Amino acid sequence: MAHAEQTHDASQYYFPHGSRLPFFGSIALFVLMAGAAATLNGAAIGGWVLGLGLVLLATLFFLWFGEVIRENQAGLYNEQVDRSFRMGMMWFIFSEVMFFAAFFGALFYARQLSVAWLGGEGAKAVTSLLWPDFEAGWPSNGPGALGPREDGSYEIIPAFGLPALNTALLLTSGLTLTIAHHALKSGHRGVLKLFLALTFALGFVFLGVQIYEYGHAWRDLGLQLGTGIYGSTFFMLTGFHGLHVLVGAIMLVVIWLRSLAGHFTPRQHFAFEAVAWYWHFVDVVWLGLFIFVYWI
Amino acid sequence: MGEHGHGPPKGIVRWLTTTNHKDIGTMYLVFSLVMFLVGGLMALVIRSELFQPGLQLVDPAFFNQMTTMHALVMVFGAVMPATVGLANWMIPMQIGAADMALPRMNLFSFWLLAFAFLLLLSTLFIPGGAPAAGWTLYPPLVLQTGQAFPMAIFAIHLMGASSIMGAINVIVTIVNMRAPGMTLLKMPLFSWSWLITAYLLIAVMPVFAGGVTMLLTDYYFHTSFFNAAGGGDPVLFQHVFWFFGHPEVYIMILPAFGIVSEVIATFSRKPIFGYEAMVYAIASIAFLSFIVWAHHMFTVGMPLAGQLFFTLSTMLIAVPTGVKIFNWTATMWRGSISFEPPMLFALAFLFLFTIGGFSGLMLAIAPADFQYHDTYFVVAHFHYVLVPGAVFGIMAAVYYWLPKWTGHMYDMALAKWHFWLSAIFVNVLFFPQHYLGLAGMPRRIPDYALQFTEWNMVSTIGAFGFGLSQLLFVWLIVKCVKGGERATAGVWDYQHGLEWTVPSPAPYHTFEKAPEVR
Repeated sequence: MAHAEQTHDASQYYFPHGSRLPFFGSIALFVLMAGAAATLNGAAIGGWVLGLGLVLLATLFFLWFGEVIRENQAGLYNEQVDRSFRMGMMWFIFSEVMFFAAFFGALFYARQLSVAWLGGEGAKAVTSLLWPDFEAGWPSNGPGALGPREDGSYEIIPAFGLPALNTALLLTSGLTLTIAHHALKSGHRGVLKLFLALTFALGFVFLGVQIYEYGHAWRDLGLQLGTGIYGSTFFMLTGFHGLHVLVGAIMLVVIWLRSLAGHFTPRQHFAFEAVAWYWHFVDVVWLGLFIFVYWI
Repeated sequence: MGEHGHGPPKGIVRWLTTTNHKDIGTMYLVFSLVMFLVGGLMALVIRSELFQPGLQLVDPAFFNQMTTMHALVMVFGAVMPATVGLANWMIPMQIGAADMALPRMNLFSFWLLAFAFLLLLSTLFIPGGAPAAGWTLYPPLVLQTGQAFPMAIFAIHLMGASSIMGAINVIVTIVNMRAPGMTLLKMPLFSWSWLITAYLLIAVMPVFAGGVTMLLTDYYFHTSFFNAAGGGDPVLFQHVFWFFGHPEVYIMILPAFGIVSEVIATFSRKPIFGYEAMVYAIASIAFLSFIVWAHHMFTVGMPLAGQLFFTLSTMLIAVPTGVKIFNWTATMWRGSISFEPPMLFALAFLFLFTIGGFSGLMLAIAPADFQYHDTYFVVAHFHYVLVPGAVFGIMAAVYYWLPKWTGHMYDMALAKWHFWLSAIFVNVLFFPQHYLGLAGMPRRIPDYALQFTEWNMVSTIGAFGFGLSQLLFVWLIVKCVKGGERATAGVWDYQHGLEWTVPSPAPYHTFEKAPEVR
């Protein structure tokens, strides 16, 4: 039974023997969370702790993935290890699906139930006694007409403007990624590099459009996080999605760099596929957002 | 990271860097025991205050902090980590794998949990104290929490991340690492119960994370998820919480089901009766756990159709649970039964968990629930399923596998003392709470009307008896780790499962070469 990296027997499952990274990572996340909590509590030092936590977390990712890539390049991972990684990634994406499900659930609950009840419909009609003049509808910032403007008015972003453009951008990026994948599998490395670069470029353009849209909504439309339930669901859903696009785009850049370094072979390229799955997941969430947040 | 020997490194470094499933399992179990004692102390504060009517010992705000923290510590710090520790130790050994599939992530899960509790418990020492709105964190009350608020929310995020990583590891290990020939339907029921538990964890922990994130943004960023003036609804949080919370109670009990299945079979010297039915019953319970959540909220005002649906779906759970109870009983039928400590705990589980199950059926009936809701009847119900249920299951597991872990037999007489004292006092502690609840005593209030005094006194005496009995448990474990009669590989007279084919104590590395399974 040899476990030293140089003499690892490829028929054996590779188990790392000891690592400092998990403990380091726990400290990083603890510092990050303590810093975030201190910031929210208004402590002056909070921002610094939060910043330190972010640096530590970035370091963790750099070291952890670096170690895994090194082990992989050293040929330590056999097919069974590869399967473990695949299953791990799939279940991770499933957990992400459930995270978004909570926010979609809140959106549907507000649209179908709570706003309607406040307007006097159904078994909870008694809640309408609080605001007898409120007329339910969607979008809604509630009977209190919450929001930044004095008169409680706000405007929403029409679906067939920038959001439709963003939909096109993301769907195209899904296509370019698939082209890159086919190129990888058939050994066309030039096409792989080009279309992978196109994919994350589209991702970053999407983010730019999203940031522009946020600025416009926040400044000009009276649409903010505080604009009642519409503003809450709009920003939280699109915000968490945007965060995932950012993470996905960074992952795409990483595998692009790894493609340039020649890490992937037509048969072995789990990292590429994991990022691709993640990117398609982000794509599908966006379709849900486009339909239920922007369009209908 | 560079050096590779077979033995672990010495001293503290071992525990900070180990990726060995047995080391990590041990850390989880020790952490869980410490949290069990911390949460127990909080419970004793609660019971001391309730010994007599009137305010005696602590002020009401601190009392509320104790009820909240007791629950969070016991659920996320004691019961769940104990079952994860057992999973770490036993699943690779039961399925013939050399280790968990993703060892580094395994260690990350543990230390993240430890730091999450550092964050949560530190709220006890900050101005304004710990969260006090109950572990269910209902808005709008929870939004009155002081500086502890973001710390508690972020601690929950870390616990969630830890649980999700732990659960992914269990699933991947079971699906990908079984020894050749170990088909799914040959797998021991403890591993089966954990496979399904892990699925539940991945499905609901993110939903809880989303829910508490909404609380956070409602508190600090003016969102209106739970604010009716903005078109939201506080009841929405209850739906989100219990969509997580109900599967969560099965996350705590399913591993205990697995343990009890193994223990009863061993000490009845028979294979488990209806193995496949047991697997399908666990899966059915897991499925049903997703469609019963609103039985926790009958009194918020729900359409009649909703009340009917949630009443009936909840009662359906009695069917697969009944299958399990009958199969355990049938396993003992004509068995050659002996009453070693694990079996004693498993038998107490069988009787006492069933009491908790029956009071659960009473609570499932919407019109009856209007009477019981938020009374001590509910407290009695869920403590029956969690203490003589989940916790007794865990204790059965410890007494069952402790010789395998340490290589020593433990003090049987002391273990029986621990069992009988625990089993008697747990009933003294919780049974009177049924009467208190039916008579109308509300939960989470530090004072009560005079007519509730006697049963509260009895309950408090039971609490101290139960709490002090656990010191025997700690002492027994310490004694057993330090020494004792050598344990054989098989430990018990009748064995089933691969873990009994390796020596006791289990070597640091087991099944580096996959065993033959027929």
